[in-house]
Amino acid sequence: MSAPVVVAGASMAGLRAAEQLRATGWTGPITLVGDEPHMPYNRPPLSKGVLAGHTPFESLAFRPRAAVTDVRWRLGTRVVAADLDRRIVELDNGEALPYGGLVVATGMRPRRLRCPGPAIGRHTVRTLADAQGLREALTRPGVRVVVVGAGFIGCEVAATAVTLGAAEVTVVDPLPLPMVGPLGELLATALLERHQRRGIRFALGTGVTGFHGSDHVTGVALSDGTALAADVVVESVGSLANTEWLDGNGLDLTDGVVTDDQLRVGGRPDVVAVGDVARFPNARYDGVPRRVEHWSIPTDTAKHAARVLAAHLRGAEAGLPPFAPLPTFWSDQHDFRLQSFGAPTLGKQDVRVLDGDPDGDVLVGYHTDGRLVGVVALGGPAATAAAARYRAELLQQPALTA
Amino acid sequence: MKVVVDMNKCQDHGQCVFAAPDVFRLDDSGHLAYVADPGEELRDEIEEAADVCPLQAIRIED
Repeated sequence: MSAPVVVAGASMAGLRAAEQLRATGWTGPITLVGDEPHMPYNRPPLSKGVLAGHTPFESLAFRPRAAVTDVRWRLGTRVVAADLDRRIVELDNGEALPYGGLVVATGMRPRRLRCPGPAIGRHTVRTLADAQGLREALTRPGVRVVVVGAGFIGCEVAATAVTLGAAEVTVVDPLPLPMVGPLGELLATALLERHQRRGIRFALGTGVTGFHGSDHVTGVALSDGTALAADVVVESVGSLANTEWLDGNGLDLTDGVVTDDQLRVGGRPDVVAVGDVARFPNARYDGVPRRVEHWSIPTDTAKHAARVLAAHLRGAEAGLPPFAPLPTFWSDQHDFRLQSFGAPTLGKQDVRVLDGDPDGDVLVGYHTDGRLVGVVALGGPAATAAAARYRAELLQQPALTA
Repeated sequence: MKVVVDMNKCQDHGQCVFAAPDVFRLDDSGHLAYVADPGEELRDEIEEAADVCPLQAIRIED
């Protein structure tokens, strides 16, 4: 029997890669290795519905396609090393697993704050276990919550905490506005006002220098000299790529694993990367390799990478055009949604209101050299529907030349 | 082929409409409407729609 395709990482990207390998005709063995004990599940509800208690844990599980019923699942197991020249990965139990093809799908883990103070009472939101633990903490009566980091997860968790009836919710970020990185100033200002109107406090332009308390956190010390009382701290300060297991193979692992425009790793046709961990050039834009932590990326990358890998395993070339997904993201906070299509971050120097008003439903366009490169809607269904109407235009555009 | 959407999960993201416009659409009030018994020739695009549903609310029953 031929060596299996080993998929390192058994979350959404790993599952989609296995399904797409089958869809493209690979009938050989596939082994998925994942460190969590669960079958792959959908993570976005962890900061919203799961935390709020109206999305049962069971409803998060993906339904794997029938075509992957024969794949081997090695759950609760980690890949700890790889020798790409010898085509072997090593598992945390010492077992060596030879492969014919390797899919890198090990994703990210939350970055943690490294400042002095107790560890108990400090939470992250990445896994089911994280969300369960945080929900338990947030539902205690009169709880005071400090969220460190005003990005997607921080803003969503803060909104959910207020909904759950937390006594105080404060969001801390060194930047002057929430989500200003992905959104730019105009929408980030509108977002700040919406959160404030719903009772969330902000400590912006300041960082965290330490945590008060002996065993359990009782407060957060800020770099501006003030302190915030806290029973629960949520650290949503970005993420780190799980690539240590690829060390020693001469790969560029500075932030995720760099791929070529076919999602191949290190010039090797038998190794591809998918999902959050893949740092790929997007031919739709400037060709600079970037990691993209949007929910759509595991599926988009898996579709392309599986065809490339399956063709190689058949001794052929996939002959696909360069990978060029249209980015899209959304975020549900309170009773409103942010919905984006395209690449707003490439057009933050020329931001225009396309429809509506920042105080209500609003649709904002981001431009480079006068050309629309991304849209973001903030508001209710009418705003997100308006954003969707620009999707076709953004899809049709020729690539930007670098 | 039967398509079932869990309307308790659906939050009208509309990603399915992009993937399978012959099967899914958002009505004038922005809510999902869909063809429950589409032809077999639409299977690929419906599988795509099921993949891209942020709430994973779409199920295909053979």
